[in-house]
Amino acid sequence: MAVELDVFVGNTTIMDEEVYQLWLDGYTVNDAVKARMDAGVLEECEADADVLLSDTMDQYRTFQMCERLLQSPAKLANQLLFQITPHRQVMLIERYYAFDDTFVREVLGKKLSKGTKKDLDDISAKTGVTLKSCRRQFDNFKRVFKVVEELKGPLVENIRQHFLLSDKLARDYAAIVFFANNRFETGKKKLQYLTFQDFALCAGQLINNWTVGAVDNMVEDMDVDLDKEFLQELKELKILIADKDLLDQHKSLVCTALRGKTKAFAEMEANFKNLSRGLVNIATKLTNTKDVRDFFIDLVEKFIEPCRSDRWTAADIKLYLTHYTNSAHILDPFKHQAVWDRYMGVIKSCIFIMYHD
Amino acid sequence: MPGKLKAKIVAGRHLPVMDRASDLTDAFVEVKFGNTTFKTDVFPKSLNPQWNSEWFKFEVDDEDLQDEPLQITVLDHDTYSANDAIGKVYIDIDPLLCTEAASVISGWFPIYDTIHGIRGEINVLVKVELFNDLNRFRQSSCGVKFFCTTSIPRGYRAAMVHGFLEELVVNEDPEYQWIDRIRTPRASNEARQRLISLMSGELQRKIGLKVLEMGGNAVVGYLQCFDLEGESGLVVRAIGTACTLEKLTSGSLASAHTHPNTAPASNACNSPSKDGKEPVFGEDLPSSSGPPTPFRALPTSSSSPPPFSPCKPCSRQSSSSDTDLSLTPKTGMGSGGSAGKEAGPLKTLLRQQTQTALEQREFPFFTLTSFPPGFLVHVGGVVSARSVKLLDRIHNPDEPETRDAWWEEIRQEIKSHAKALGCHAVVGYSENTSICEEVCILSASGTAAILNHRYMREGCLDIGSTDQRFEDPSPPSCGFCHIPYDELNMPFPAQLTYCYNCRRQKVPDVLFTTIDLPAEAAVTGKGCLIQARLCRLKKKAQGEVNATVISNLLPFMEYELHTQLMNKLKLRSMNALFGLHIQISVGENMLLGLASATGVYLTALPAPGGIQIAGKTTGDMSNEQHILTIQKRINDTIARNKELYQINPPKLFALDPEVFCGTNMELTEEGVGSPIPEPRHRSRLFRSHSESSDEVSELDLSHGKKDAFVLEIDDTDAVEDIHSLLTDASPPAGFHSCNTETMPGIYNWTTAVQMFTSVRVLRLSNANLSNQSLNKIFTDLCENLLKSFYFKLRSMVPCCLCHLNFNVAVPEEELIQVSVTAVAMTFDKDQTQERPAERFITKGGSETDEQLQFSLELCADSSSTNSQPSSRISGTVSLFTPAAKLCQSQLVVVHSTGVPENTIVSSRAASVDYGSFADRCSTWLELLRLKAHTIRRGSVKTSRRTQSLAHSVSSLEHCSPLTEGRSRSVRSSRSFGGSPVTMVKMTPLSFLPGTRNIKYLGIINMFFIRETTSLREEGGVSGFLHSFIAEVFAMVRAHVAALGGNAVVSYSMKDCVLMENPNKNQAQCLINVSGDAVIYVRETDQEPTASMTNMGQSLCAADGAT
Repeated sequence: MAVELDVFVGNTTIMDEEVYQLWLDGYTVNDAVKARMDAGVLEECEADADVLLSDTMDQYRTFQMCERLLQSPAKLANQLLFQITPHRQVMLIERYYAFDDTFVREVLGKKLSKGTKKDLDDISAKTGVTLKSCRRQFDNFKRVFKVVEELKGPLVENIRQHFLLSDKLARDYAAIVFFANNRFETGKKKLQYLTFQDFALCAGQLINNWTVGAVDNMVEDMDVDLDKEFLQELKELKILIADKDLLDQHKSLVCTALRGKTKAFAEMEANFKNLSRGLVNIATKLTNTKDVRDFFIDLVEKFIEPCRSDRWTAADIKLYLTHYTNSAHILDPFKHQAVWDRYMGVIKSCIFIMYHD
Repeated sequence: MPGKLKAKIVAGRHLPVMDRASDLTDAFVEVKFGNTTFKTDVFPKSLNPQWNSEWFKFEVDDEDLQDEPLQITVLDHDTYSANDAIGKVYIDIDPLLCTEAASVISGWFPIYDTIHGIRGEINVLVKVELFNDLNRFRQSSCGVKFFCTTSIPRGYRAAMVHGFLEELVVNEDPEYQWIDRIRTPRASNEARQRLISLMSGELQRKIGLKVLEMGGNAVVGYLQCFDLEGESGLVVRAIGTACTLEKLTSGSLASAHTHPNTAPASNACNSPSKDGKEPVFGEDLPSSSGPPTPFRALPTSSSSPPPFSPCKPCSRQSSSSDTDLSLTPKTGMGSGGSAGKEAGPLKTLLRQQTQTALEQREFPFFTLTSFPPGFLVHVGGVVSARSVKLLDRIHNPDEPETRDAWWEEIRQEIKSHAKALGCHAVVGYSENTSICEEVCILSASGTAAILNHRYMREGCLDIGSTDQRFEDPSPPSCGFCHIPYDELNMPFPAQLTYCYNCRRQKVPDVLFTTIDLPAEAAVTGKGCLIQARLCRLKKKAQGEVNATVISNLLPFMEYELHTQLMNKLKLRSMNALFGLHIQISVGENMLLGLASATGVYLTALPAPGGIQIAGKTTGDMSNEQHILTIQKRINDTIARNKELYQINPPKLFALDPEVFCGTNMELTEEGVGSPIPEPRHRSRLFRSHSESSDEVSELDLSHGKKDAFVLEIDDTDAVEDIHSLLTDASPPAGFHSCNTETMPGIYNWTTAVQMFTSVRVLRLSNANLSNQSLNKIFTDLCENLLKSFYFKLRSMVPCCLCHLNFNVAVPEEELIQVSVTAVAMTFDKDQTQERPAERFITKGGSETDEQLQFSLELCADSSSTNSQPSSRISGTVSLFTPAAKLCQSQLVVVHSTGVPENTIVSSRAASVDYGSFADRCSTWLELLRLKAHTIRRGSVKTSRRTQSLAHSVSSLEHCSPLTEGRSRSVRSSRSFGGSPVTMVKMTPLSFLPGTRNIKYLGIINMFFIRETTSLREEGGVSGFLHSFIAEVFAMVRAHVAALGGNAVVSYSMKDCVLMENPNKNQAQCLINVSGDAVIYVRETDQEPTASMTNMGQSLCAADGAT
């Protein structure tokens, strides 16, 4: 007595959000049935396991058929096969493109290529996210990357438009794309304490300030690649540490401003030259792709770690960086104010984000 | 040369990649009509081509316009090899041929390929210019409107109901032609689709011609079916009811619509004012307080009751299911004549008594299932006939005589059954077939009835004397239950009592019909779906032997089904079945029988007796004990069901059944005995175990008198049967189910609807199954399906599954296929109590009022004195199976006060529909937004439509996530790359709750074939069928949207034939669907306060009426 065929098709496509989530999470039909039973679906209405199995299979089939459309969400709105109400469409897309922070943390900054995909097995084992779900998330990243790569205009807006995502999710994807494109190193042990959201915020800063799009908004790849000219100009900042007088002058200006305002003043004064050298060196090396990749690790090593070992508070960091930045304007021989602001603006924000008390 | 067809190909989108190298497609389009083909330019390298072609013009006969579909083929241009077909779109242009329907077809159509399914969409514009043709010998019938709806469509009134239409065309099935061996499956499928499209076009045209001949202008209850007879050919046949419909004038609409604007806003809240002069809302109100519009002013004599004259004619009788095997299929003459068996001399007597104009018609049949009040006078009961035929190759497609003769035979039989019941007409008539190899079972069934002649042309002419006997001052709420026949001259023993409602006329104990519950009927409590299911094994056989085996089995099956139905009805403490549909499907080694109906408790009929269990061997203590437990379970079930379905008949005084056993027939009002507050009657049912006997239809009727209503347990079969009786689970809390249009007892639907189709196929793994275990498997299959529906639709609670239409088939030797189409509709929980007045708003609506008015009008014209408009349908059990005959309750209950049910409940009438208020608020916001939008766009016509459609959007946002609606919401504006898709609602009912159908755009009748050679890759049979059904829905919706509509009503899936061969990784499926495309608006549209004020008004009116 085998059920050979069992389908249920509604004129309006029936989709249960719970089952959808289980499907997205990569549960097999049987696991999903078990999960639903554990969640107590059967108690709330009089049904048995067979009914649940049949319903789950139907829904899984529906989702599988919808998946093709979800991969180009714009089609979902004007396709004719499934009649789905607009607010449901939004839900479907948003959830399909949602990802696990633990998973994305693992692939952030890695090349979104097939080679990496083989590593998904390992990532799945490490994060506890099912392989199926890993695949979906990874493919989503890749798909978004591929589409926006060739588009003009602002990155976040492009993602939002093409994939009909919420602003928040579009920003996250922009960060992922940006990281993947520039291959920022995020996997080092020293960076493990940082969450995906930390990186996403940093990425937002970089995209808004350091890319070509930050100055000219109709260039291809404008938001994905860093502004080469700007990176070249950063070399000019070298003077801040190369010129001994300038460095001393800068130090005294900052110390004067900071004196009495913080408990960590002594450490600040002692470390000033080191820290300043660290930040300026990061700037001057950014023309090398390799050093761009190490941007975050450098920030941690050259600035955050020293500060942390001296037990600076977040407020201390803020105070210090504000004065450090502003004092440079008063330095007479220093002519690169605009570049300095553009650089330090981002550095300041990134360090705030990355500095966990 | 009366027509010019113009087509324009605008654009395509989402096309499949046809060139792997470039990942693009070089698409162009061929537009073909008849033998003329046009081509667009190739739009190179794009998946979203913009052809924007010129207008392709076809100058054609209107005959061709009716027969041929417009065929659009999308191809991929290939310089070096043959062009690859991407897919096709067939557009039926029939709706454009009718002035009142759509004027243009414009929209996105799915590009369909029989192997790959939907592959992108194409935007097409189609127009038709028709020239007048006064040629009286013309072969076309342009302008005749077709409706699948089996009632008078809303917004129309029937000026005349002409009668039965039938036609069939036959052809060779391309699948079985020699050429099929050398062509591709795609070519074969397309040839088949095209042929069927042509044949149904031709059929429709021929039916249309018949309508014109009769002087009508429309076909209502149009039912078209395909018989895939395999080797022997392809039959497309249709039946319908010819009518002269008149569109309700805009005048009457306008007057109604202007009113609410002048009504004070305060009317909107709280109790309805008792102000008698409140005008009426549109056509949706039963006119009981007087003619509200000038249009309705004609009736003159509605208040004067015609003289009472008792019904003369008649008989409560019933039909048999006859099976006769035609051994000479070519001539089509059956050998059987078993119809005469039960009737004998009585029949001739009755025939003489019912000499009316109707009789002169060949077939006084009507495919309608619900009627304007006053149309039905008496209901005689269910009549059915079956016949087993051997198929033979159709040699000459132009002469379909054989099939015609077969149906002719069956119809004659139905007609004679109806006559045997003393009825001159059959309503709720339908025909169907079941084919297995070369054996075909033809079935027809309907409800014998006596109709009011005023609706018939002939009736109009001789309206004088013949009509009088049908006139009777019975209240409409019970009139149709009264027996039409002479109680002294009853055709068989039956229990009659005085009507529990008016106490003037006799009523039968049980009533079975194939029609919908009349809107005006008084019902106690709620109804429910009742199903009888049966499996019978048969030996495999060939040809005549096989046919004989089947025809021998049929009577037993029918008997069993009726016994089951009757027992289940009693178990639910109900006394009437509506919408009865019995399907018997034939397979190679078994027969499946499924009877579905909606059980209700008609207030006018006596309370059903319980079921008593009797054991054969008395003295055996353990056995006694066993019987006692079963009896207790049955009694408990009945008690529980009474509570569940809220069956609390108004104060009843029951007589001790035993006392009046013998003399009950003569009971009168004076005979009221001592009151027993909650009558718990013991009725007895005799369950005959004479299946082994050959002469079922000749069962001794006297059994009924001796031993009725006892279930006797004398073998294990009987025990199993009783157990299976008790296994039917009632729907979970919050759910109701029925197979009729709406559920009695529920009147406050919300606008949330969810139509669905579900198919389940079971493979019987064990070849050596007994009848009993097969029955159990089949019953479980049906029950599990229902359980699945309840689970899936749980978010819609409280909700009712309406129009549950089960279809069983035996596609292969060990497969059982059940397909179900139904609609789930939610209702407001707080107001589920009966509100009789409201049912006219929600259901009867437009028909009742306007059609009622018609009859009055007509009477005035013909200066008749008998113009009582109330309907008097009376009827009885009509099934002529022994079961039906034997079921007699041995008790008589007399209504003590005669208070009609309506007055008891009408005090609840004051409540106002708050439920939808919030909903409405959000609607206004949405509306404002859209108004701004549409005004910019200009055209008044479109803007009005958009507005109204916008309402459905907001409602959907507000309602459950399952609700359907239109996607023109704010959010969807986020999408780009094309206009949002129109939300199209679908329902098997003739209406959408809370809405009005403002325009019928034409009939949708589509046939699709899908085939795959990569079954596994498509997710197995389930995956294959799932996507195919979704594709069919999509294509129906697209066609409706292109006609400018936003809903399909009276939708049905008439065929779903699935053939699979998993070993070869192949499957093929054929689906045939039909329905009426409509534009609906929410009742709240155009006049914001209308629904609220009018609810009050109509209730007032109804109060006045009761």
